[in-house]
Amino acid sequence: MIISVASGKGGTGKTTVSTNMAQALETELTFLDCDVEEPNAHLFLEPAISSSRQVETPVPEIQVEKCTQCRKCMDICRFNAIAVVGQQVLVFPELCHSCGGCMLVCPEGIITETGRELGVIEEGQRDKITFAHGKMRVGEAMAPPLIKEVRKATRAQGLTIIDAPPGTSCPVIAAIDGVDFVLMVTEPTPFGLHDLKLAVEAVKLLGISSGLVINRADLGNREVYAYAREQEIPILMEIPFDRRIAEVYSSGQSVVEAMPEWAEKFRELYHRIEAIVES
Amino acid sequence: MKIAVSSKGTTLDSEVDPRFGRASYIMIVDTDTLDFEAMDNSANCAAFKGAGIQAATMVSDTGAEVLMTGYCGPKAFQTISAAGIKVVSDITGTVRDAVEKMQSGAVSYTDSANADAHW
Repeated sequence: MIISVASGKGGTGKTTVSTNMAQALETELTFLDCDVEEPNAHLFLEPAISSSRQVETPVPEIQVEKCTQCRKCMDICRFNAIAVVGQQVLVFPELCHSCGGCMLVCPEGIITETGRELGVIEEGQRDKITFAHGKMRVGEAMAPPLIKEVRKATRAQGLTIIDAPPGTSCPVIAAIDGVDFVLMVTEPTPFGLHDLKLAVEAVKLLGISSGLVINRADLGNREVYAYAREQEIPILMEIPFDRRIAEVYSSGQSVVEAMPEWAEKFRELYHRIEAIVES
Repeated sequence: MKIAVSSKGTTLDSEVDPRFGRASYIMIVDTDTLDFEAMDNSANCAAFKGAGIQAATMVSDTGAEVLMTGYCGPKAFQTISAAGIKVVSDITGTVRDAVEKMQSGAVSYTDSANADAHW
């Protein structure tokens, strides 16, 4: 089973929920931090990193001296990554989305692929947790190909927990597409609700079942609860606004380790998800 | 000489658009006869990325020798330079003001972009 922890709004507690659920469980599992723009799950899980590898995405390389300026490559590119001007052909690799269209249409066959570094993937282990995360290269704008690469570390059998990036754009889709369950973490505030609605719409489009964790549940208003009822999204856990949890988090500790009474609650959260997925 | 001026409208009295890649129009003006053509740049205006590259290619195809605009980013500058077109940046006022400036010869060509890349 693969569970993605997503949110819409940033800062609602995705990493808190995903890392604590992983640590509370007593089985072997894989944890993938797919928030490649700002991975932070390792701060809480503290895995021993045993491997690191660079990931590249293919971008075109053109033998300019053989170019006949037909412009077919420029015309097919939706991202303006190739410009044919005067007698020159310019390639802007940072704009390329690696579709390969330019290679297909070039009548001279002078376009080949070279690589653009996306970032690195690090893998490691912490007790029963097999860990992997992606770290995007500073200056890189495209997260999805790196996220897809991190997801290749998904466990063949058993449980994989994915910490997804915030938002509802391509990186989030890359982190939730094809999973068994999306656990959405929200907070009962107007911002939390606004972005939750966007996330719910995205998850619906993908046809994935989902549930909610309401963090800082005793703050804000009741609108998130009304929305969850109306959309028939089960509320699987509520975490109160507790100063001790905030202190534990800000010192890089796990809630389940510093406050053992929470371990059972996170296990219960997992069992509720399991029951939904199995039904 | 043909020059390109980024513009908010379609006449010589339109205000210069400070943006190049996402200008509403790009005016191609003959500085000798004041004949002009207003090129609709709305497709580039709405481009996700690479608007400057596309606009620069468009200007290159007109045979213009100089581009006058407010700000020119690094990718647009690289493309326009590859086309052999010179750039005068920090242009304000109307398209006519820009053309007169060019006619008077009181222009200095820039050798670098004067705006950051947009992501």
